[in-house]
Amino acid sequence: MAMLNFEKKYRVRGGTLLGGDLFDFWVGPFYVGFFGVTTLIFTVLGVSMIAYGTAMDHVWNILQINIAPPDLKYGLGLAPLKEGGIWQIVTVCALGAFGSWALREVEICRKLGIGYHVPIAFGFAIFAYTTLVVFRPVLMGAWGYGFPYGILSHLDWVSNTGYQYLHFHYNPAHMLAITFFFTNCLALAMHGAVIVSAANPRKGVKVRQTEYEDWFFRDVVGYSIGTLGIHRLGMFLAVSAAFWSAICILISGPFWTKGWPEWWNWWLNLPIWR
Amino acid sequence: MKTTALLLGGVATALIGTALIFTPGWNLHKVHTVQTGFRGLSVGEMSTVKTDALRKAANALPDAIDPAEAGGKKATEVYKNVQVLTDLSAAQLDRVMLGFAAWVGGDNGCNTCHNPDNLADDSLYQKRVARQMIKMTRHINKDWQPHVLQTGVTCYTCHRGQPVPKGVWYNPAPATAGAATNNRGFGHPAGAANGYTAMTTVPFAGILDGKEPVRFQQLNALVAGPGPSIQTTEKTYSLMMAISYGLGVNCTYCHSSRVFWSWSEGNPLRVNAWQGINMVKDLNANFLAPLQAEWPKDRLGPTGDGPKLYCMTCHQGAPKPLLGAQLAKDWTELGGVAAK
Repeated sequence: MAMLNFEKKYRVRGGTLLGGDLFDFWVGPFYVGFFGVTTLIFTVLGVSMIAYGTAMDHVWNILQINIAPPDLKYGLGLAPLKEGGIWQIVTVCALGAFGSWALREVEICRKLGIGYHVPIAFGFAIFAYTTLVVFRPVLMGAWGYGFPYGILSHLDWVSNTGYQYLHFHYNPAHMLAITFFFTNCLALAMHGAVIVSAANPRKGVKVRQTEYEDWFFRDVVGYSIGTLGIHRLGMFLAVSAAFWSAICILISGPFWTKGWPEWWNWWLNLPIWR
Repeated sequence: MKTTALLLGGVATALIGTALIFTPGWNLHKVHTVQTGFRGLSVGEMSTVKTDALRKAANALPDAIDPAEAGGKKATEVYKNVQVLTDLSAAQLDRVMLGFAAWVGGDNGCNTCHNPDNLADDSLYQKRVARQMIKMTRHINKDWQPHVLQTGVTCYTCHRGQPVPKGVWYNPAPATAGAATNNRGFGHPAGAANGYTAMTTVPFAGILDGKEPVRFQQLNALVAGPGPSIQTTEKTYSLMMAISYGLGVNCTYCHSSRVFWSWSEGNPLRVNAWQGINMVKDLNANFLAPLQAEWPKDRLGPTGDGPKLYCMTCHQGAPKPLLGAQLAKDWTELGGVAAK
């Protein structure tokens, strides 16, 4: 495959964490690396296990695929393959694949000599997933608390888990997470829109420089966070959304077993007016 | 000026922050779940060592009382003014009275209902109410086995030693001003009946003391005609929260949360709960409402209605009242089904 003329410049050897020169090459536009290989192995194995489990269930409708975790009675032990064992293997593969992908990003960062911001941000997504299928189940004492792998079945899990706390929207960390998701959405929409408005004018109109973007926001809200600042803010908002999502489910069960509306009684119980 | 404002703001934030983090009553005990459905569905009831111990303590059983002879003299031959327990022997009546004193007597024992100088005297309203309650207990044990099964109930199931059981309800005072003045709903403590949610505070009126059905929602995405209103829906949600709180269970105890209305996808226990709602309607209409004239002023609600019951009255926060202890089987006098 032909290389683009600027690609030679950044395709440098070295910077690997593991494996030395072994997989230090590109396939087409993709950097491979040791962790690219492990990502591939984990992904193929995990997806195959899902296909295997689905075939054993005689399910041929993609919406009905359901790789469910073991019964609670197996605790933190291994379960028989057909009774949640497949879920356990798929979980290990998923963690392996996500972790490998993050480390592959680290290697690319090292080759380019840039910061680790992308793998760190991705790390928050991995943290959220790990919280759901490892940290919370371990705190509660059974793998069975993890969510099932299936399009509809995981939605049922979300629904039932939410209603076990009567009204999940009262969960303070869930509130924070949702607020960050929405704010993230707002920031990205405003940022994307202002860039396109200034940098991609219709034919015959001059491209406006960065100052125009700043001026727009000063006119609208009296302040512009700036070209670098908006990206810092974006990363903060996105990472916070993932982080508080993880926290909101981590506290549900291990640290709170009642209805979430009841949590707010701390306000009613303040000694001022109790 | 600015420093003072900052200082005050800082102190207030620190106080509220401390309250927020340290006072909600976080659970630090190991969680135990009884799985009630297929693996991975996340259906089950959670408890901890602490909540289990609290529940056990709250459901302590009364001392057993030795059985009495059914034969011998009839109660009506020995005592004057026996109106309800006419089928009992004198020995059985004595035994039942011992039970009543322990179960509903509170600090006053027999004197809660009886004039100690003349036991046949009907002047205390508690005694007149007690007659109705005995009829109700027998009615539940005989006619409401779809709900109470063979476990049955005794006075203790609700009263737990006290003349007035915990968890009775009244109609709320009508709002005279806007919501901001009375905090109705919005998680005000009075809302404990429905799990401290921000929904209408008393979801019972009309349903549990009337003939209103429990209606939830439209089943179609595009609503063809007038159906249940949003207020009906909220009232139903609120009622469900009251059931959940009264039984100490979460929504998945009866429902599949994907399709709340579906009987076939929910837990069969929902049938039992439905029988329970019907039972409460029956008891409020046919046993509590007729007592209206008997209640003294301090037993009435803000609109002058007498106390009424709902799930909490018997269940007291447990899925099965008294954790399923079968007291009634030893009390055939009260209509309990004798153990086989």
